[in-house]
Amino acid sequence: MEILALLAEGFATSLSPLNIMIVLIGVTAGLFIGAMPGLGSVNGVAIVLPLTFIVPPSSAIILLAAIYYGAMYGGAVSSILLGIPGASTAVATTFDGRPMAQKGEAGLALIAAAVASFVGGTISVILFTIFAVPLADLALAFGPAEEFALVLMAFTTFVGLGGDDIFKTIVMISLGLVLSTVGLDLISGQPRLIFFDMPGFYSGISFLVLAIGVYGVGEVLYTIETSRTSPAVTPARLSFAELRAGLVRMNRLWRTMSFGSVLGFFVGMLPAAGATPAALMSYGMAKSMSKKPETFGRGNIEGVAAPETANNAASTGSLLPMLTLGIPGSPTTALLLGGMVMWGLVPGPMLFIESPDFVWGLISSLYTANLAAVLINIALIPIFVWALRMPFSVLCAMVLVLCIVGGFAPSQKMHDVWLIAVFGIAGYVLRKADYPLAPLVLALVLGPLMEKSFRQALIGEQGNILVFVERPLSALFVALSVLFFLLPIIKMVARRRSKSTAPAE
Amino acid sequence: MLAADRIIAVALMGLSLYFMWHATVLPIGWVEGSGPGGGSFPFWLSAIMLGASAIVLLRSFTRAAPHKNEKFIPDADAIPQILGVSGLLIATIAATPLVGAYVALMAFLVFYLRIFGHHGWLLIGILTIATPVFLFFFFEVTLKILLPKGITEPLFIPLYAQFF
Amino acid sequence: MMNKFTRRSALATLTAAALAIGSPAMAEDWQPNKPIEMVIMAGQGGGADRLARLFQSIIQKNNLSNMPVLPVNKGGGSGAEALRYLKDKEGDAHTIMATLNSYYTTPLRTDIGVDIEDFNPIARMANDNFILWVNSESDIETLDDYVAAVKEAGGTWKMGGTGSGQEDSLVTAMMENEFGLEYTYVPFDGGGTVAKNLIGNHIDSTVNNPAEQMGFYKAGKSRPIATFSEERLEAFPDVPTMRELGHDLVYTMQRSFVAPKDMPDAAVAYYTDLFKKVSETEEWQKYAADEALDAQFLSGDDLQQFLLNGREVHRNILDGMGELGS
Repeated sequence: MEILALLAEGFATSLSPLNIMIVLIGVTAGLFIGAMPGLGSVNGVAIVLPLTFIVPPSSAIILLAAIYYGAMYGGAVSSILLGIPGASTAVATTFDGRPMAQKGEAGLALIAAAVASFVGGTISVILFTIFAVPLADLALAFGPAEEFALVLMAFTTFVGLGGDDIFKTIVMISLGLVLSTVGLDLISGQPRLIFFDMPGFYSGISFLVLAIGVYGVGEVLYTIETSRTSPAVTPARLSFAELRAGLVRMNRLWRTMSFGSVLGFFVGMLPAAGATPAALMSYGMAKSMSKKPETFGRGNIEGVAAPETANNAASTGSLLPMLTLGIPGSPTTALLLGGMVMWGLVPGPMLFIESPDFVWGLISSLYTANLAAVLINIALIPIFVWALRMPFSVLCAMVLVLCIVGGFAPSQKMHDVWLIAVFGIAGYVLRKADYPLAPLVLALVLGPLMEKSFRQALIGEQGNILVFVERPLSALFVALSVLFFLLPIIKMVARRRSKSTAPAE
Repeated sequence: MLAADRIIAVALMGLSLYFMWHATVLPIGWVEGSGPGGGSFPFWLSAIMLGASAIVLLRSFTRAAPHKNEKFIPDADAIPQILGVSGLLIATIAATPLVGAYVALMAFLVFYLRIFGHHGWLLIGILTIATPVFLFFFFEVTLKILLPKGITEPLFIPLYAQFF
Repeated sequence: MMNKFTRRSALATLTAAALAIGSPAMAEDWQPNKPIEMVIMAGQGGGADRLARLFQSIIQKNNLSNMPVLPVNKGGGSGAEALRYLKDKEGDAHTIMATLNSYYTTPLRTDIGVDIEDFNPIARMANDNFILWVNSESDIETLDDYVAAVKEAGGTWKMGGTGSGQEDSLVTAMMENEFGLEYTYVPFDGGGTVAKNLIGNHIDSTVNNPAEQMGFYKAGKSRPIATFSEERLEAFPDVPTMRELGHDLVYTMQRSFVAPKDMPDAAVAYYTDLFKKVSETEEWQKYAADEALDAQFLSGDDLQQFLLNGREVHRNILDGMGELGS
């Protein structure tokens, strides 16, 4: 009851006319920033943060929450329309979102993403409201060994993502993992794999650079070859009736979405994990639990809904360790954390007791921002879809311009733009030779986390490899990983056996 | 396709050897009492990559590899397009630090839309003017991310004074 | 590449000169005519980044500069990337760099072709402190308890900190030397993560900055044992310094700004003045007090002397650890 009273007070602030306007502006700005390949919530928050010292703090929080949510929704737009994930959290959205757009169902995919994001965001904000304080202890129980086991579990979802060719999938996973080790080795403090002694490699290879390269440039080259002058994407049309039909179809996915939300919230809450593994795991589980797993990757609406619920839920979940433990789970929450410190708030276990106005103001803004984000997003879908009806060569030119500028923007290094060209051309060639690209990109995202937590756990235990199965939480994740890994093989064996026994009867 | 498959497999093997060579700068073995050394992840993963691409190569000699794209080399009329777009992209990136992102991207748009899109000059003109204006206001004015200017820097000084 | 930079710098000097001629008072009237790039020697979200963005906010809020200050993170290779970048910006009047102690250690550990003596010192904003922390669930109350416990663990005591070769590992090495201890040093990627792992009992002690542990400390989850500061910290009046306890262990983290080699003098004067004004703002004074920072302002030759001293101190520490590059 106390929670409800505090929340109501928070709502009273967040629903003032000024604050409603701030939410609308913030969400719209966030949507466009997130929809731009290369830019994400971190850019939006970074630019707004200094402004928050000018407006009253309660409005400042609302603006930040609005930008944060807007950008999360926007990430799916670029994944679906252009096939370029704007942030690592939206990679899984491309798997089915892009094929849907190519079938002329871009509008439907965007609706699915928006509704799924809304569901994910809402469920996790509710979980957040009720359980924030007790859950902080769970986050504390996660040490390096648990982190490693969790990433291992996320990795097992790869099994379902590769192409038909197991060896080519292995090549791509290893390549992604090796590229993820470029830069500085945190444990020894030594630089490694600095190719050609170029200083640009000191900071490693960013996920965005690889994703924009293979999905942006590579995709453009591939479509030029396959379609030449004819449009690559069936022009999408969107009527009100279709919008309604889309919502009806979403209604049937409630099971996938509620599962994705809860999973996303818990994975996102763990400081090191965050939204990317959450989205992947949600996609992988939706696929393995589906009755028709073969339709995934070919434009199944469920394949859009599953990762989108999870990544939005995870973004909300990742606010929890920031507020209760003072640990940023992502660059964006790191910036938010900096902002809080500047407002004179001390993040940590005492925050909920010492500054309830701030905490409940933030939570209530999350509700409002989430609602505003889904409404504005759906309202803008016709505009996004219209963008796809540009002549193909104009679209290609625009995508390439965005690849160059979007690749430069995050790090402001020409080095990264060159890498985009290299990855783009290499990605095009590899794709033509049937090497799957999704495992490459995902390995690059998860690789650093996996190596780091593996080695940290071993150093702490003097090299005792059994640490991963001796600790209960970690052992549970390892067991689940083994199960997920073997599941497709068991299924395959079972199918073969039933086939081979059938004729004998 | 078969030849291309083999060439790519060999190239990937070469790449993994190159990575392995780089990784040996740091210890690649198991450091007693602290787990794997700094070079072991890149080294052994490259070794796995080497092995897997070697299997891909060997397999191409023993049996037909499973592949969907029956032909690797694009149709004759697509080759100049692919090479042209790649070349134009590289030229644009190379020109960016010298003449600035705006001039480079405008030139890119003119060439691309004229040569590959065969569009009329009116459309080309509109896009070539509108794109940099949008980029300037979106990236520089709103997000405060400066794009490279190269020798065009002085032209932007009055704009900075106006908009910042 | 060189061509571009000299041309750009020539232009910058020209415009600066033009501005100077156009106005009667020469040096004082230099003003930036394009946004100022603030290079940060660390990645997003770390202590250095947060502080640099705080300065950006203070400048913007109080309208201290006519052009915006734009933070750019170049944290690759423990700041090697940022140092190389600043070296290439020779003569540029619109680039400054926010530094931390990797300003000393990175060029000492690996040869990256940068001599920090070449850079122009602008301002030292603060010196941050280090404290030895344990989980409040442990029985350790004093330094003696602590040393005894570490010795008893016989090398399995887990000290958590930032990456190897960075500040926390240097303080750890100093402790090992002073007390004849042996630690298992576990590197993490940020002070916040280190603090959380201490509270979760995944490591046994840390040498976090006050700001990193403040939240847990206030909640009674962590316990400070001793500080590595010269004098007791106002925010922790009951925590003794290492010196008081008879151990000459002093280590601080400097937070300074430097500019590229050959930046026009008028521009150097402008930035020094800008940060002087920042250091006098109410916001900064309050922040420094809250976070237990030593906010004594230094600039010009004094700062250069301070930075070069710091380099010698670090050369000795690294030499003792066997981490000094050739």
